[in-house]
Amino acid sequence: MRRFLAVRLVQSLTTLLLLSLAVFILARATGDPLSLVLPMAATEEDYTNARRYLGLDRPLPEQYLSFLAKAVSGDFGTSLRARRPVNELLRERFPNSLKLAAFSMTVSLLVAFPLGVAAAVRRGTMVDTVAKTVAGLGQALPTFWVGIVLIEVVAGRLQWLPAGGTGGLAHYVLPGFTLGWFVLAGLMRLLRSSVLDVLDADYVRTARAKGASERAVIWRHALRNALIPVVTFAGVSFAILVTTAVVVETVFAWPGMGRLAYEAITGRDFPVIQAVVLVTGAVVAAVNLTVDVLYVWIDPRIRYG
Amino acid sequence: MAERRHVRRPPLLPVAIIVVFVAVAGLAGVASPADPYAQHLRARLAPPIWSEGGAWTHPLGTDRLGRDLLSRILYGARVSLAAGVVTVALAGAIGGGVGLVAGYFGGRTGALLMRVTDATLAFPIILLALLLAVTVGPSFTNVVVAIALILWARYARVIYGEVVSLMERDFIAQARAIGASPARIIAFHLFPNTANTLIVLVSLQVGYVIIVEAALSFLGAGIPPPTPAWGSMIAEGRDYITSAWWVSLFPGLAILLVVLAFNLVGDWLRDVLDPRLGQF
Repeated sequence: MRRFLAVRLVQSLTTLLLLSLAVFILARATGDPLSLVLPMAATEEDYTNARRYLGLDRPLPEQYLSFLAKAVSGDFGTSLRARRPVNELLRERFPNSLKLAAFSMTVSLLVAFPLGVAAAVRRGTMVDTVAKTVAGLGQALPTFWVGIVLIEVVAGRLQWLPAGGTGGLAHYVLPGFTLGWFVLAGLMRLLRSSVLDVLDADYVRTARAKGASERAVIWRHALRNALIPVVTFAGVSFAILVTTAVVVETVFAWPGMGRLAYEAITGRDFPVIQAVVLVTGAVVAAVNLTVDVLYVWIDPRIRYG
Repeated sequence: MAERRHVRRPPLLPVAIIVVFVAVAGLAGVASPADPYAQHLRARLAPPIWSEGGAWTHPLGTDRLGRDLLSRILYGARVSLAAGVVTVALAGAIGGGVGLVAGYFGGRTGALLMRVTDATLAFPIILLALLLAVTVGPSFTNVVVAIALILWARYARVIYGEVVSLMERDFIAQARAIGASPARIIAFHLFPNTANTLIVLVSLQVGYVIIVEAALSFLGAGIPPPTPAWGSMIAEGRDYITSAWWVSLFPGLAILLVVLAFNLVGDWLRDVLDPRLGQF
């Protein structure tokens, strides 16, 4: 187990290193960030000074190494736009994204579990149809469109909930629901097919033959094993959640990492882009690592070398 | 799969929707009632025919520049279809290639390629696309490249797994024994055995790509205006949604129909061709 952890940890770090290199190259591939930052009337001298001040005149490998060394110690430089340390921006925005993600993940799980299991157990009934419809729509509806429609109908016409921004729990409902629906769809479909798979297994038949109640068969024997593919999928779910959050946060004016990324990219704010992508990548890698460890723990049949 | 669905016939309605969608994309020039770029400033934000004040000249109404919404939606099908098909084809080619090569050679080459694959999987698609849009400028090519550059990794992972297990089989050992070159084994022995999986994976994601393209166009990082694209049409209508809900509503419904159809057909293809894949 310890060896497995060590190997996985090294793998995650390599992944992050590759990611940082890709981000660095992409961010500098084209376009001069200074042309957006400096005023129109800036002279050639202003450009040279600004370049030297920001360290953009040094050779690229040197820039990359110093960027990496600082990033590891948590220093992402200064935002070209906000003229504030990127750290500060991240500290402001990250908790907001985390809260929204936690809210929508909770909603997704609360809906996906009972509905997914019920759909499998009562295949072909109304419950199954409802579950399939919810999942099918969740995967086919563009999240930004759902967001806009919800803002117009629920917040605008009905005036039931706030349309955007942060605040009390009411502010979480619309963006959380919009974000959660898409994630929920994949999760529920997976859970349904996974439970169906397991219900056919020999040990479930044995449990039934022993006279175990249907409830015990489903919740104690079947669900435990059905969870394995679902846990594997959790990492992918999370990456989907992060991607979708960029759109949802932009639509609902939610001051999180997604909107920060959108603002940084449209403003060619290199240090912020690098920081957001790296932090996001690190979180995704950490989630994947946790998932792998959980996987071994849930399913003792698996032994990694 | 335990779930033995007895569906062997294709789902008719989704197939019909896709046929109509493809036909509309191909024939938009003939089928459209009006020029999608023509502005009728006197008929700005005209409502659809069934609403009060609607007229047959603009069956689904007009947008803020008085452009015919129905024609723009029909033309918008081109962007969605092209983006969906070209992107998954490109991603499938890269992902399939990487998976085959990594699985065949294994060892260090395989490990390195899989590391790159994992790094790619951890990169949110939208961020790369936004990055490209801003550095190189928004365009159709950038959207396709950005999505394909991330999407291939999902295919590479699955194909790699398949190839690794195929490599244990006798027919590969026999091919090697008679002196077949790596290229020949990959092309004639490994590829045909993974083709079904690749087709299923790729078809399951046409809908997803259409949604991502729409999201990018919505954020202003996709197809630049005035070309009609469903995502940017929704964005344009957003400011008028209280008074002219139709501008944003209809392109959204178009996306929903088409993506739903592609997803259902993809599910069916998976059940028929590769039931082992399960939910992907």
